[in-house]
Amino acid sequence: MPSLKEFRVRIESVQSTKKITSAMKMVAASKLRRAQEAAEAARPYAERMASMLSNLAGASVGRAGAPPMLAGTGKDDVQLVVVMTANRGLCGGFNTNIIRSARTLIRELLASGKTVKILTVGRKGRDAIRRDFRELIVGEYTEFGRKRVAFAEANEVAKKVTDMYVAGEFDVATMIYARFKSAVTQIVTRQQIIPFPVPVVETTDAQMVYDYEPSDTEILTELLPRNLAIQVFRAMLENSASFFGAQMAAMDSATRNAGEMIDKLKLRYNRSRQAMITKELIEIISGAEAV
Amino acid sequence: MPDTLKLELVSPERLLVSEQVEMVLVPGVEGVLGVLPLHAPTLSTLKPGFVDVYKGNVVVERYFVAGGFAEITPTTCTVLVDEALPKETLTQAMAAERQTMAKALHDAAATDEDRLKALKALEVADAMMSAAHGALH
Repeated sequence: MPSLKEFRVRIESVQSTKKITSAMKMVAASKLRRAQEAAEAARPYAERMASMLSNLAGASVGRAGAPPMLAGTGKDDVQLVVVMTANRGLCGGFNTNIIRSARTLIRELLASGKTVKILTVGRKGRDAIRRDFRELIVGEYTEFGRKRVAFAEANEVAKKVTDMYVAGEFDVATMIYARFKSAVTQIVTRQQIIPFPVPVVETTDAQMVYDYEPSDTEILTELLPRNLAIQVFRAMLENSASFFGAQMAAMDSATRNAGEMIDKLKLRYNRSRQAMITKELIEIISGAEAV
Repeated sequence: MPDTLKLELVSPERLLVSEQVEMVLVPGVEGVLGVLPLHAPTLSTLKPGFVDVYKGNVVVERYFVAGGFAEITPTTCTVLVDEALPKETLTQAMAAERQTMAKALHDAAATDEDRLKALKALEVADAMMSAAHGALH
């Protein structure tokens, strides 16, 4: 049985842990609100751009002279995996889930004989991926999203991906991030970003024929890299909202656990205090009786 | 013939307009497009300028846009822009600041790519300036 002092020390330490986790929870909640707003505000643009692009792509896919970003290189031998995680932990299974999905994907690709290159965004992902696939990492970003996700940062990632693609360093690029569904649910998502996945258009309804100004190829060459940047930006926003959501949930349950632990410790503390008092009383009484 | 079309004006930060309008003017690269319902399907890139929203034959809203894309179908007009500012918030001081910034960027540019980017920014800033002066259409 630990002494009373030991109990007191432990209770105090759990109490201060609880204070920290509940403060973190509140901070995460307020940051979540902002991140969520940003993520939701960015959705319309990304969605409309994707639909505009798929209209355009539907018309020019399979045609000679389609930009390679759309048509692909015709191979899938070299795969680029962009893993997006947070820079920090204390967010439950958030990073772990993304990393697990990334690891599975990478293993699958390697097993089927593909060459894999990895680009990591976020410190946690880099650390974990580096343990297993150190030699596959071709680039890493760890300074992003310190305060809030900036479009310039997404652009930097997109530019790197574009440059690599133009230089013929990979054939297919997939992005892994957590899509924000609600504060408690984040969905780990794999999204192919290059070549742009052209959705199957039903050929039944009359296909609209667009006029292009200046020309379809010119629009495409402008639209494609922009779309990539937008999709990356969106993924980063979703990821940051998901992160704060996960952190809030994790800190909430940590706070609750700490509360439970304090209750249990207090109970044990009081029991042993009473036991001690009883023991002392018995000693006094039996001492008095002996006289 | 339907007398309205659905206009959506979207910037990366938010959805600015999503409503039924009678006509919209869009600054296409090859000239201003006046979009009425039943317009032929068109995809166009935009240059810096004003997007004018018409309701009941009058301009109800004007937005300065810094370039982007427009997708026009017979019933909708989707305008994706890099940046959009309601006309009322546009000031000469803001435009002047942008001009100075773009010029500084141009002077500091080391590669052709950076220079091109700076020139584009300058073009936007110049358009903003003339827009603020009221010189743009």
